[in-house]
Amino acid sequence: MRKDSFIYRFFNLYYEGFKNMTLGRTLWAIIIIKLFVIFVILKVFFFPNFLKEHAKGNESAYVAGEFIERAEQ
Amino acid sequence: MTNLLLIDAGTIEWSRAQFALTAIYHWLFVPLTLGLAVIMGIMETCYYRTKNNFWKDTAKFWQKLFGINFAMGIATGIILEFEFGTNWSNYSWFVGDIFGAPLAVEGIVAFFMESTFVAVMFFGWNKVSRGFHLASTWLTGLGATISAWWILVANAWMQHPVGCEFNPDTMRHEMVSFADVALSPFAVSKFCHTVTSAWIIGAVFCVGVCCWYLMKKRETKMALESLKIGAIVGLVATLLAAATGHKAGQDVAQVQPMKLAAMEALYNGGTDVGLTAIAWVNPFSQPDYENEESAPLRIDMPYALSFMATNDFHGYVPGINDLLNGYTKPDGTREPSVDEKIERGKKAIAALADYRKARQEGLPVDSLRAELATINENMKYFGYGYIKDKAQVVPYIPINFWAFRIMVGVGCLLILFFAIVLAGVYKWPAKLWQKNDISALPNWHYWIAIALIPLAYIASESGWLVAEFGRQPWTIQDMLPTWVAVSDLHSSSVIITFFLFLILFTTMLAVEISILLKQIKKGPDYSS
Repeated sequence: MRKDSFIYRFFNLYYEGFKNMTLGRTLWAIIIIKLFVIFVILKVFFFPNFLKEHAKGNESAYVAGEFIERAEQ
Repeated sequence: MTNLLLIDAGTIEWSRAQFALTAIYHWLFVPLTLGLAVIMGIMETCYYRTKNNFWKDTAKFWQKLFGINFAMGIATGIILEFEFGTNWSNYSWFVGDIFGAPLAVEGIVAFFMESTFVAVMFFGWNKVSRGFHLASTWLTGLGATISAWWILVANAWMQHPVGCEFNPDTMRHEMVSFADVALSPFAVSKFCHTVTSAWIIGAVFCVGVCCWYLMKKRETKMALESLKIGAIVGLVATLLAAATGHKAGQDVAQVQPMKLAAMEALYNGGTDVGLTAIAWVNPFSQPDYENEESAPLRIDMPYALSFMATNDFHGYVPGINDLLNGYTKPDGTREPSVDEKIERGKKAIAALADYRKARQEGLPVDSLRAELATINENMKYFGYGYIKDKAQVVPYIPINFWAFRIMVGVGCLLILFFAIVLAGVYKWPAKLWQKNDISALPNWHYWIAIALIPLAYIASESGWLVAEFGRQPWTIQDMLPTWVAVSDLHSSSVIITFFLFLILFTTMLAVEISILLKQIKKGPDYSS
């Protein structure tokens, strides 16, 4: 691939950028750990889709039931 | 009424507390990103215009601090979306069609724009042209600002729902006008006020860091030049925030008058109303607004609240009791009392129940026109159908009152502060600054500037406290109270995640502050 081509320069920007990072390595490590905690631990184990679990495909009926019942309480 | 210090261990209160905690921590990262984006953009523009490497090094230094904050803030907002799906599932279903749209646009357009140009900004020095690099730096900031726009559109819609229609078959509010939602005047003024307040945070941070260098007698040239830019941005931003705050206040007066009354501890309204400068409102208990004429020891600025709310020094501003009992507006129309609104809300809910039952029994929509008409006529007050006691619609006054005063008080202090810093760096008036070089002042001057960094954050967060506590009990103004929006969860699961977030966010904040301090101590890397 020619070194003055757009694709090479585009790739090289990121390649050299990541390779020469100093403080950036620490920041990326923190970002990756954080994303892991947020998406793999918190989302999977602590933040289920409540309606998906409880409404069993009939969300509108479930929510209507909640809205009407709570008015009567 | 919920007491701030005795948060009920129930699902509603813990879900609210968790949302507040997440939003407050998220807002520690966002304003610095938006503010530093402007400051580093100006510095790189100086480099572009002068070709002087000093400006390149200065811009790179501030970009490094921006990068640290940016990295720490990434994805902290996504947790709010998790909470919508788990803790606030009724809310999410009820308005997800509308609320989801701006969030989706934010995710797709602004986030990718930000992340693309931030890479060029950090990796592109000496690899792309100076002009392209400068454009990337500004576009990084613009991307972050567009992100803020869409988030604030979503928030503004909760405060003032527009451009939607309720569908009782799907139990969802459906968007009828994207333009009405995206360009709602409430959203526009909220955006302008929020973004300008974020620029203030960037400016205070910049000035504070510069003052630390001046105190340590290090990087004097960089500190002085950055101080100029920080103080100019700060002064412009504080003045703009004051102007946009005035507009935002007028919007609140129009669409959330109860919030304004709570902010002002205005129990009984009228014309020619003064803005409360100071009064005694007990921070730990709801005042007896029904029986007190006004808050004790009240000193006000005559006519100022009428002007702030209506642009007329003699304008009418309703108080809490007027809003509870109903009142006649200056144009002759009558604002219904809360009791009347409760009746209308109950009608809407009863009609909804009848409609749903009839539809389950197989009746066609055409035969249910009466129920549909009742729902549509009263949808505006749907949420009032869940109100058992009219005191429930009065937000917790002490938080609103004091948070508003902290925000405005610190804002005024910052106008003065930036004006003094600017006068100091430009030595105006010359006579005053003859013997006082701003780079060689006694240390306590610099400590004041450093102390203003946390103070500015407190003011910024206070603005959000006013915005969000002020609309209680509503998740969606007048349509959905918190206790209907919340999922039928056990509170223990919310409590666990509350403390998990507390640990996660506090750790991240500690790491950010530690890395920031380390890099500030290290200082800029000067090119040879």
